[in-house]
Amino acid sequence: MADVTPIKTPAEQALANAYTGARDRLPGKGAVAALREDAFRAFEARGLPHRRVEEWKYTDLRTLMRDLYPLAAPPDAAAKARTKEAGNVLAGVGCRRLVFVAGVFVPELSDLAAEAGVSIGSMAEALAKGDALVAAHVGKTFATDDVAVALNTALMGDGAVIRIASGTQVARPIHLIFAAGSDRPSAIFMRSLIVVEKGARVTIVDDHDSGGSQENAALELVVGDEAEVDYVKLTRTNALHVASLMATVGARARFNSFAFTRDGKLVRNQNFIRFAGEHTESGIRGVSLLRGDDHVDTTLLIDHAKGHCVSREQFRTVLDDESHGVFQGKIVVEPHAQKTDAKMMTRSLLLTDRAEADNKPELEIFADDVVCGHGATAGALDPGLKFYLMSRGISEPEAEALLIQAFIGETVEEIAHEGIRTAVMNAAIEWLGRREW
Amino acid sequence: MSLLEIKNLHAEVEGKKILNGLTLTIEKGQVAAIMGPNGSGKSTLAYVLAGKPGYEVTEGEVLLDGENILDMGADERAAKGVFLAFQYPVEVPGVATMTFLRTALNAQRKTRSEGELSTPEFMKLVRETAGQLGIGQDMLRRAVNVGFSGGEKKRNEIMQMAILQPRLAVLDETDSGLDIDALKIVADGVNRLRSPERSMIVITHYQRLLNYIVPDVVHVLAKGRVVKSGGKELALALEAEGYAQYVGEAA
Repeated sequence: MADVTPIKTPAEQALANAYTGARDRLPGKGAVAALREDAFRAFEARGLPHRRVEEWKYTDLRTLMRDLYPLAAPPDAAAKARTKEAGNVLAGVGCRRLVFVAGVFVPELSDLAAEAGVSIGSMAEALAKGDALVAAHVGKTFATDDVAVALNTALMGDGAVIRIASGTQVARPIHLIFAAGSDRPSAIFMRSLIVVEKGARVTIVDDHDSGGSQENAALELVVGDEAEVDYVKLTRTNALHVASLMATVGARARFNSFAFTRDGKLVRNQNFIRFAGEHTESGIRGVSLLRGDDHVDTTLLIDHAKGHCVSREQFRTVLDDESHGVFQGKIVVEPHAQKTDAKMMTRSLLLTDRAEADNKPELEIFADDVVCGHGATAGALDPGLKFYLMSRGISEPEAEALLIQAFIGETVEEIAHEGIRTAVMNAAIEWLGRREW
Repeated sequence: MSLLEIKNLHAEVEGKKILNGLTLTIEKGQVAAIMGPNGSGKSTLAYVLAGKPGYEVTEGEVLLDGENILDMGADERAAKGVFLAFQYPVEVPGVATMTFLRTALNAQRKTRSEGELSTPEFMKLVRETAGQLGIGQDMLRRAVNVGFSGGEKKRNEIMQMAILQPRLAVLDETDSGLDIDALKIVADGVNRLRSPERSMIVITHYQRLLNYIVPDVVHVLAKGRVVKSGGKELALALEAEGYAQYVGEAA
C-alpha cells in the first residue's frame, strides 16, 4: 500500500491512547469488543475528519480539536450535586427525567416509575450483559463510515436503552438529561438506543449541556411501523459536542425531530435518517442561535429508501458576532422510491457582517417520479420592519428580538408538544435577552 | 403655542437632496394639511420627522416642545409623542398584532415612567378602539398587517394611533388606495382623535381627504420647501388649478 499515513495530531494520538488504555474496562465482551475494535481500526486508518473530507468540510475537527481531555471518571457525589440545575429548561413540563452525569446513568436522580410497555435501562449494563435488544440494533441502525460515529462505537460507555413496546402510548415525554457534572474538563462518549415498536407513540427529549467537556454522543433510534415519535434535541456546550442521530423509520410512521442549539461553542449535530418503509411522514427541523465565536454544524443525510414518504427539512439559524453556522443537507432518493415528496429549506439570519453561514443543500435522486426541492437563504434583518416597530416606540434591542423570534417562531411552532414548544421559545427569548448592546 | 417648529430643514436620501430649507410651525391642537406635487418632499418630511434611518438631515432643526428631536432614535421620538401613519404599512410576519401593540404601548409608557397597563385594561382598550374602526377579532389575531387589504392596513394604522395617543400624528397619504367607504371610516377615526392637545400633519396629494378631515391650515410643498400657506380654501384652489404654478416650469 502506498497510502500516505499522515502524522497523528496530539488529539488523534490521545484518542488512540485512550482507547488502548480503556479497552479492557469498557463495557461488553465478545461481539461488543469486536465491534469496538473494528470501529477503532476505522478511526486509526482515517484519523479525525478534516476539511478535505467532504462531509466535514466546514468543521475541520482535526484542526478544531487540539487535544483530548482525559476520559471522564464515574461521577462522585460532588459531580452529581453540581447537576441539580440540569434539565431545568423543561421544568414544569411534566416529563419523566432520566439523568446522566459525566456520561453515566444515575438511577437515584432519575424517575424510574414503572409504566406498562416502557422499559428503561443503562447502556453500560446492557453492553456488559450482552442484552439482546442492544445486540440486535447497536451499530446496525444506519450503516455509516463516519469517523465520529466510529469513535463513539470504540469508546461508548453508558447511555440510555429504552424500549417502547408495540402499541404503547406514552403520555409523559421522556427527558434524557445529559449533564457534564465534572469540574475538570473531560471527554465523554455516550451511546443510547431507543426502540419504538409498531404503533407505539412517544416524545423523547435528548437534552445535552456538556459544560466544559468534550462530548461525543450517539443515539440509535428505531421507529417501528405505524409508530409516532417526536424527538427533540437540546444542545449547549462551552467546549465540544458531536452528536450523531442514526434513525431508521418504518412504514406508515410519523417521525418528527427538532434540534435546538444555543450557546454552542463547537457543535456538530449529524443526522442519519432512513425511511425504510412506505407512506411515512416526517419533519426534520431545527433552530440554532449563535453568538461570539460559536460554531454550529447541522449535517443531514436523509435516505428515502422506500417510496411514498413525505419529509420536510426546515432549519433556521441566527448568527450574531463572529459566529459560524454550517448547514449541510443531503436528501437521497433511492431507485424505486417513487412518489417521494421531500422539501428542504434552510434560512440564516446574519446579525452582523462578521458572521458566516455556509449552506450546502444536496439532492441525489435515483427515482423518476418524485417531488423534491431545496432552498437556502442568508440575509440580515429587514431595516424597514425594524423601523416600523421602532416608530411605535419599541427600542432597537426589543424590535430586533421580536423580529428574531418571528424568524425562528415558524419553525419552533412545529414542535407538537405544547409544553416543550413553549420551553424552547422561552429558552430562545432568554438567549435573546443576553444579547449585548 | 407651537408644538412643532421645523427650521430651515435640509435633508437628503442616498446623496439626493430632497428637503431644501423647509420651515414650518404647527400649533398645538392644529390640523395642518401638507399638499404638493410628486417629488416635492412630502413623504421625506414624514420620514425625517419619524427618524427613519437613511434620511440624513444636513442642516436645520426640528423642535418638539422646544426640544430638538433630530438626535433621537425613532423609538425615543415615538415615546415623546410622534406617530407616523405609514403610506405603505409593512407586513411583519410572525409578530402577532396584540404582542406588537402591547410591546409598543408598554415601551412608550416605560420611557415616560408610566406603569404598564394590566392585561384586562389593555384588552379593553384594544377591543374598544378596534371596534370603532371595524377591526374584528380575526384581524387582531393575525400577524401585523399580514394578509390585510390596503384598507385594513390603513385602519390598523389609525387603530395604533388611537391606542398610542400621540401628541403629533403624521398621516402620510392615508387616503391612498382607499375607496370612499374606507376613507370615511379612517377619517372618522382621525376626527375622533382631534383634540386641543394633539396636532396632526395630514399629507395628501388630493383635496378629497380634506373634505373628511377638515384642516385648520394648508401648506403647499414644492422642491423641498413650503411655498404657500393658507386656509382650507387653498386646497380647493389647488384642486382646480393644479400644482403647475409651484413647480416652476409646467409639469
